[in-house]
Amino acid sequence: MQYVIIGNSTAALYAIEGIRSLDQEGKITVISDETHAAYGRPLISYYLYGRIDLEHIGYRPADFYTKMGVDLILGERAEKIDPKGKKVILKSGKKIAYDKLLVATGSRPFVPPMEGLDAVKEKFSFMQLDDALALERALGPEKDVLIVGAGLIGLKCMEGILDRCRSVTVVDLADRILPSILDEGGAAFVQKQLERKGVRFILGDSVAKFEGTFAVTKNGGKIPFDVLVVAVGVRPNVELVKEAGGEVARGIVTDDGQCTTLPDVYAAGDNCESFDISSGTRRILALLPNAALQGECAGKNMAGGDAHFTNAVPMNAIGFFGSHIATAGVYEGECFEDITPGHYKKLFYRDNRLTGYILIDCIERAGIYTSLIREKTPLSEVDFELLKKSPALMAFSESARKDKLARRQ
Amino acid sequence: MSDTLFMYPEYEVVRDHDKCIACRVCERQCANEVHSYDTDLKKMLADSTKCVNCHRCVCFCPTHALKIVKSDDTYKINANWDKQTINEVYRQAGTGGVLLSSMGTPKPYPVYWDKMLVNASQVTNPSIDPLREPMETAVYLGKKTAKLERDEKGRLQDTLPPQLKLSVPVMFSAMSYGSISYNAHESLARAAEELGIYYNTGEGGLHKDFYKYGKNTIVQVASGRFGVFKDYLETAAAIEIKMGQGAKPGIGGHLPGGKITDAVSTTRMIPKGVDAISPAPHHDIYSIEDLRQLVYSLKEATDYKKPVIVKIAAVHNCAAIASGVARSGADIIAIDGFRGGTGAAPTRIRDNVGIPIELALASVDTRLREEGIRDNVSVVVAGSVRSAADLVKAIALGADACYIGTAALLALGCHLCRTCHQGKCNWGIATQVPDLVKRLNPEVGYRRLVNLVTAWKHELQEMMGGMGINSVEALRGNRLMLRGIGLTEKELSVLGIRHAGE
Amino acid sequence: MKRIYVEEKWCLGCHLCEYECAFANSGIADMVKALKGKEIHPRIQVEDGDGVHFAVNCRHCTDPLCVKSCIAGALSKDGDGMVVIDQNKCVGCYTCVMVCPYGAIMPAENGKVAQKCMLCTDNMKQGEPNCVKYCINRAIVFEDRG
Repeated sequence: MQYVIIGNSTAALYAIEGIRSLDQEGKITVISDETHAAYGRPLISYYLYGRIDLEHIGYRPADFYTKMGVDLILGERAEKIDPKGKKVILKSGKKIAYDKLLVATGSRPFVPPMEGLDAVKEKFSFMQLDDALALERALGPEKDVLIVGAGLIGLKCMEGILDRCRSVTVVDLADRILPSILDEGGAAFVQKQLERKGVRFILGDSVAKFEGTFAVTKNGGKIPFDVLVVAVGVRPNVELVKEAGGEVARGIVTDDGQCTTLPDVYAAGDNCESFDISSGTRRILALLPNAALQGECAGKNMAGGDAHFTNAVPMNAIGFFGSHIATAGVYEGECFEDITPGHYKKLFYRDNRLTGYILIDCIERAGIYTSLIREKTPLSEVDFELLKKSPALMAFSESARKDKLARRQ
Repeated sequence: MSDTLFMYPEYEVVRDHDKCIACRVCERQCANEVHSYDTDLKKMLADSTKCVNCHRCVCFCPTHALKIVKSDDTYKINANWDKQTINEVYRQAGTGGVLLSSMGTPKPYPVYWDKMLVNASQVTNPSIDPLREPMETAVYLGKKTAKLERDEKGRLQDTLPPQLKLSVPVMFSAMSYGSISYNAHESLARAAEELGIYYNTGEGGLHKDFYKYGKNTIVQVASGRFGVFKDYLETAAAIEIKMGQGAKPGIGGHLPGGKITDAVSTTRMIPKGVDAISPAPHHDIYSIEDLRQLVYSLKEATDYKKPVIVKIAAVHNCAAIASGVARSGADIIAIDGFRGGTGAAPTRIRDNVGIPIELALASVDTRLREEGIRDNVSVVVAGSVRSAADLVKAIALGADACYIGTAALLALGCHLCRTCHQGKCNWGIATQVPDLVKRLNPEVGYRRLVNLVTAWKHELQEMMGGMGINSVEALRGNRLMLRGIGLTEKELSVLGIRHAGE
Repeated sequence: MKRIYVEEKWCLGCHLCEYECAFANSGIADMVKALKGKEIHPRIQVEDGDGVHFAVNCRHCTDPLCVKSCIAGALSKDGDGMVVIDQNKCVGCYTCVMVCPYGAIMPAENGKVAQKCMLCTDNMKQGEPNCVKYCINRAIVFEDRG
C-alpha cells in the first residue's frame, strides 16, 4: 500500500499516526513545500514571544519520521493530482504514485489588494515559521510595527513582537478585535487589557494606501510604520482537489470519514469543511485540534479502518500576556453572564443544550463546558445552575460521575 | 453548656504552629467542630472544650503538627475527691441525669491476665517450632457427645450435636447494627468469612445485605427480640440468647431514637426515630426452666441444626448460673466480663457491677468440671481479651474460645475515646450519620480485622509451640501452664493456679 | 496499565490528597518547608457537594483529546499509556484546559505552562502516586482495570 500525504503539519502528522495504528507496513510519503520538520504552527508567535526556542518547536521528536517509516520530500510543491492515474505530480515534474492520498495542504494568508503595498519594503505575512524568522530579523527597538488585522493571527503576532519593537498599531475594518471569537463585550474587555500593555488599535477603519513610511486609512488617519504585517485572513488551499475534479464549497467537501468526492483521495485540516454540530452548518474550522482529529480519522480510513469524525465544534484557546480566553460553539440562544472587572463569562444555551461559551480569565476546567457541547448533553441531566457558577463534575449524576472517575476512559 | 460550666477541658489540643500548614484537614475531619480556620489570624484554632480525644485529627494531620494531651490543670489534690469524681458531681448537678459512658470501664481494677505468666518447655519436653511442625488452632464449639451409641447392628451412630468450627479460637463479639455502623458490620462479616470464624449480630437484627455471610454469623436473641424472625434464625450458623452483658449486667439497653434510621428501623423491625429499649430481663425467663424453653424453642425453630449459645454477664454467682445454663440444653455458654465494652451504659453500672472475666472463667470451668458437665457445653469468654497472650491464658484457664469486641473495633480505627453514646464517632464505627459512616471503608476495615486475627493466630502458635503443645484442644484448661505473679492466696485459689516459682 | 480511580462513596473530602500532591510535586523533602504559608496548586482537586466529595485528576484516557489538541506537541502518551506533558515544550496556550472533559489539566503555579497528574512518575515520590498512598479510606486507588 502506497500512502501519499501532501502537507506536513498537524493533519498530516495525525494521519501518519492514524495509518500506522492500523498498518505498520505500507509506504508513506509526505510532500511539503516547507523545509522544516513539522512544528506546531501556532507556535510561531510563541517563538517571537520567547516562550519556546527552535530546538523545542518540533511537534514530534526528531526521529518521528524515521520511526514511523515516512519518506519525506521537503521543499517540493505538489502541482497536480491525477486521480485517474493515481499520481501526484510535483513541481519538478516528478510523479508519485499513490493508492491512498491525503490532501492536508492547509491554508495560506490572504493579502487583499492595497494601494502602494508593492512599495512597502518590510512586509510580512504570519503563517509559517519562515514568516516569523523573517519578521524577527526586521524587528528592533526603533521599529514601529503596523499589523493589519485584529484577528487571532494578527493579535498573536502582536503579543509575540510587542516587546521587540518600539510600538505596535493594529488596524481592522471590524469594529472590534477578535471578531471571529468574541462578542462586543468580550472584545472590549480584552482590548482594554491590551491597550494597558501599550497596543494601539484603530478599529472600524482600514488601510486605503501606503505612502512611503505611512499608511493612510480610509478615515484619513496617517499611521507611521517601519514594518508591516498583513494578517487579514486566510484562504484554504483547495486548488489541487478542485482542479482534479473534487467537490469544493468554501473548503474541500468530505464525508465524515474525511474522503473527498474523488476516490481514494482524502482531505483534512484547514483546507476542508467540517460539520459544526454547534451551529448545524458545514464550515471551515481552521483549528489545530480539528485538524488533528480530521487527520487521524483520515489516516485510519486510508489504512482500511472505519473512523468517523462527527463532533466538530469551533473552539479557541488564546491568550495575551498572561490573560487567557477560551471560547467554543456558537453564541446563540439564551445567555448566562457573569462579568466582573476580573473576568468575563458568558454561557449560551437553547433547546436544553449548551451551544457556546466565552470565558476570559476564568478558563479553569473549561473542558467540562466543551464536553457538554461536543456530547450534546441535555442540560436537564446535569445541574446547570451549579455549572453556571463553575464547571464541575459535581453537576453530573452519580452514575455519570462513576463512569467518568471509576472506569477506564 | 450547663453540664460543663465548672469544668476545665480534660484534654487539650496542642498545635505546633511551626508545623501547621493550615491544610484544614483536621477541621474537615472533626465531627465535634473543634478546629476552625481564622481568616484574620491566618491560623488554625482549636476549641478543646469540644474535643473527645478521638485522635482523628492527630492521625490525619500530614505534618504531625497536632497532639492531644491530658490537661495538667488540677483541682486541689485530694485522694478521696479526685478530679473525675468532682467533675461527675458537677455534670450531674448541671443535668440531673444518669451519667452515661461507653466502652469498657477505664477504672484501675486488677487485670488478672497481666498477673499470670505462661510456661515454656526446656530440655525434657521439647518445644515445637510452628513453622516446621503442624500446630492446630482450629476448635469446635458445641456440646460434645459423652458416650458412643450403636444401632441394633452395632454400627456407630452419629450423635454429635451441631458444632461451630473456628479456624482460630477467636470470634467477634456481639455488636448490634445500630450501635455500630453498616460499614463496621460489613467489615466484621467479611473478615469472619475470610478467617473462617464468626461474628455476632448483637441484638439489632441482621441487615438484609448481610444474609450472604450467614454461615459465619451468630444471630442474637435478646430481651428486646429486635429483628428476630424465621429467616434471621435460619440464616445464622448459631443463635445466641443474650441474658446479660459484661459492661452492664442487670440492665437492658437503650438505643436513642436518633440512631434509629430507616435501615436500622427496618432491620430491627421497630418504628423509625423512636428509642429502642431492651428490657433488663427477658420477660419470659425467670428460671433455668424458662431459659430451657427458649433454648428448645429456638432449636425447634431451626430443626436442631444450629448450636444455641447463652451469654451471661460475669457476676458474683456466675459459676452456679453457668451450671444451670449447662443443663438448659444450651450448646455454648458465653461469659462476658465486666471490663467488656458497650456502645452506651450508665457509668455507675459499668464501673461498679460485675466481676473480672478471668475469675469468672476459672470458677465456671472448675464448677462444670466438678459437676461432670464440662463437655455439655463449650465456654466462650469475652470482656477485654486484648491480645494473643490474653487468649492463650484464657484457653489455659479453661475457655474454648474468646470473643473480641474492643480489639476488633480498635482494628477498625477506634481510638477508645469512649464517646460512642454521642453517636458522632469520627471513625465511622459507632454512628449512623451518613457522612461519618462512610469514613469506614469495609475494604480497609475487613482487611485490618483479618490482619489482626491472623497475627494473633501466629502468636498463639508461637506460644503454644513454646509450651510444647501442638493444639488448642491440648492447651484448654491446662492451668499448669499458668503461674500467678503478685497474687494473694485467695486469688490463686479462685484462678486455680499456683504462684510463680512454685 | 495501572490508573488512578476514584470511588466517591469513600471520599471524605478531607483534601489530604491535594496537599500530598502539592508536596510530592514540590521537589522539597519536607512537607512543612514545601507547603507552609503557601497556596497549593495540586494536580488533583477535590470537589465538595452536599455530602458528596470526590477527587479529580487525569484519567489518562485511551484516546486523549488533550494530546490531539496540544498546539506544541507537549502532550503525548508514553509507552505505557500515561498521558505526559513536557513542560519544556508547553507554551501555556491552555487548549488542553479547554478540551479536557474532566477538568483535570490546569495552569501550573507560574501561569506559564499547563500541569497534570503524571502518577508521581515525574517527582520524588516515584512509584505509588502520593494521593493514593495517603488516601486513608481508599477512595483513591491505583489499579489496573483493563
